[in-house]
Amino acid sequence: MEHLPVLVVIIPLLTVPLCVLLDHPRLAWLAALASSWLSFAAAVGLVLQVSDTGPISYLLGSWEAPWGIEYRIDVLASYVLLIVTAMAALVLFAARESVRKDIPEARISRFYAAFMLAFAGLAGIVATGDAFNVFVFLEISSLATYALISMGKDRRALSAAFNYLVMGTIGATFILIGIGFLYMMTGTLNMADLAARLPEVADTRTVRAGFAFLAVGIGLKLALFPLHLWLPNAYAYAPCSVTAFLAATATKVAVYLLLRFMLQIFGLDFSLVLMPLDTLLLVLGLIGILSASMVAVYQGNIKRMFAYSSVAQIGYMVLGVGLATTTGITSAILHLFNHALMKGALFLALGGIAYRIGSTTIQDFSGLGRTMPWTMAGIVLGGLSLIGIPSTVGFISKWYLVLATLEEGLWPVALLVLIGSILAVVYIWKLVEAAYFGTPEGNPEIKEAPLSMLVPMWALVGANIYFGIHTDLSVGLASRAAAVLTGGAG
Amino acid sequence: MLIAIAAIRLRDLFAVVMLFGIYSLLTAALFMNLDAVDVAFTEAAVGAGVTTVLMLSALHLTRRWEDEPRHNPLLPLLVVTITGAVLIYATLDAPLLGDASAPVHQHVAPRYIEKGPQEVGMPNMVTAVLASYRGYDTFGETVVIFTAGLAVMLLLGIQEGPQAHRGRNAIGDQVVLKVVVKLLIPLILMYGLYVHFHGDFGAGGGFQAGVIFAAGFVLYDLVFGEGQARAVIPPNWLHRLAALGVLIYGGVGVVSLLQGRPFLDYSVLAHDPVHGQHLGVLLVELGVGITVFSVVLSIFYALSGRRRQS
Repeated sequence: MEHLPVLVVIIPLLTVPLCVLLDHPRLAWLAALASSWLSFAAAVGLVLQVSDTGPISYLLGSWEAPWGIEYRIDVLASYVLLIVTAMAALVLFAARESVRKDIPEARISRFYAAFMLAFAGLAGIVATGDAFNVFVFLEISSLATYALISMGKDRRALSAAFNYLVMGTIGATFILIGIGFLYMMTGTLNMADLAARLPEVADTRTVRAGFAFLAVGIGLKLALFPLHLWLPNAYAYAPCSVTAFLAATATKVAVYLLLRFMLQIFGLDFSLVLMPLDTLLLVLGLIGILSASMVAVYQGNIKRMFAYSSVAQIGYMVLGVGLATTTGITSAILHLFNHALMKGALFLALGGIAYRIGSTTIQDFSGLGRTMPWTMAGIVLGGLSLIGIPSTVGFISKWYLVLATLEEGLWPVALLVLIGSILAVVYIWKLVEAAYFGTPEGNPEIKEAPLSMLVPMWALVGANIYFGIHTDLSVGLASRAAAVLTGGAG
Repeated sequence: MLIAIAAIRLRDLFAVVMLFGIYSLLTAALFMNLDAVDVAFTEAAVGAGVTTVLMLSALHLTRRWEDEPRHNPLLPLLVVTITGAVLIYATLDAPLLGDASAPVHQHVAPRYIEKGPQEVGMPNMVTAVLASYRGYDTFGETVVIFTAGLAVMLLLGIQEGPQAHRGRNAIGDQVVLKVVVKLLIPLILMYGLYVHFHGDFGAGGGFQAGVIFAAGFVLYDLVFGEGQARAVIPPNWLHRLAALGVLIYGGVGVVSLLQGRPFLDYSVLAHDPVHGQHLGVLLVELGVGITVFSVVLSIFYALSGRRRQS
């Protein structure tokens, strides 16, 4: 049990060479699936353990921090690990059929290897308590992600992946430069140690520049408006299972990094008082919500539409962080979880549709309400959650966010958040209209998506409603994590 | 600096690749000046050596001349200028180069320097830090290399059937070259081995050794005809070798786990903790070397295999 922190990351990571050595599509899938569920079990164990005993520190190679590398799991980390591992386990469960259709057979086992790399990389970023280790695992997950996106069937997947590669590499380099400056001024890479030693040197240009580099670098990874340009194409042209996994996890991990670096390592005083991060995040978050929602309304490709909607949703999270109050940060952390549930369900459903009709443009949705009733019902419920209808998780997120803005007396912001919701109504309605009121053209023999894809999708749809009514787990963890983050600085 | 500017301005990609090679070599010299021997070694082997060959192979697949850019260069210029300005701004308050009282030298470094030789049991403290104190980072880096190889394989794949074109090569039948290369290759491979096993005493280690070893094979393939190296190491072995390297590194960690110690705790590998450290470092370096070697070579195969097809 004491090894759980490292097992979460190591199990998927060591499955990778196994997938390559097996070189057999079915076995590789089984290995990936089994290890992702094991990793999920480890994450559940971690959540329980952290709730019981407080933060866990795990010394890799037995070298005590700051000399060696430390894994440090606190409430926030265990919570994000739970999201990442759960999504990987569910998406892999659904992936088998669609991967068999999307990827040439000779490359399937390597595809799963890359998938596990992306997954292990994300888990590694969350679990570690060492700033440089973050960069190493960021590289693993990013490189694997570029490769995964480029596997999309559409030729445009290649240019989308290349775009992401350039932007992502700039982001990673900026993060590295930022970490380098911090190391230069403190002589340490351990996060807790950095947090303790930074205040002494906080008022130097080097630390301020390091902060700026980290903020821009994480902003790129986060797809924070206006650095989001890589995201819509990358999500739209990647294979469906990849999109589902990335949309539910990758940007979440970037938000986690933002919270970790800005609030914990630099501390509230530095990030928000000395540097105007809160105003910046507030403004960019709002513009992101409104502009991306507006663009989403006009998209003909539904995958792209939901990709833009993801940019908008990131805006909600960033807005919560920008409010810089405990309620605001709670709403951001809560939305990490809730958004993973909605977008996971939606993209898995789209995967089912792409599997059956081979496209996701709005024209092809005509009549799908009749031919694929279960899938479409899932999309509608996921969409309602995205809008924020009561008794779905989307409502809980919006509730806390609006509460946080009103606490600060920022009622215009609350109004804009609601306008964002109305825009979501518009683009979800477009879908519903096509699916239920359009007449099916041409091919009436479209069948319901295979059961292996419906089950994980409905598991997520169910979670959307379950956690919309029983909020103890998600809200409880989120508010405790937020309390730790804001309490650290007083 | 001048070379970097020239590389941006030139439209002849062949010349750009050459300039990059020179740039890397100069950087390596700079690192050398800063007494960072291991880094300089890596930069020279990777930046100036293997990367140049790989870029040239990639260049073969496309055209030599770059298209005129369609975008307005002003925005990128602005971004780059701001970035550069922030970088310079940051150095204003940074400790002076070589200042012994700088935080970098005061906090964690003293322990590495003073206790490294006793705790890990090897004189080269760079290796001690890389492979033991921060061994998990190095494991991550090995996986990064593996990921890069995997990505290239996913995108390009290695075209099979080299035997059909055995003996055909890009530079024609050069007797002098062949003789010289024949003499050089054993030396290169020997040197690779030396760098590998001497890593705990002098500069070097698995990473550099893997690159040098791969360079030997690339040279053989270039001069003696495409596909010749494949007869020695077939491409489908390379994936497995690369995976094996990661498994060796990870396996060492798993052994520590099974003994009830944290991941990558080498001290359980032998009765004496310091011996265990030494053994652990040797094993993980072996894993690094194998992975780096096979990834570099398989990327070369993937690129050169394409060329034959077109």
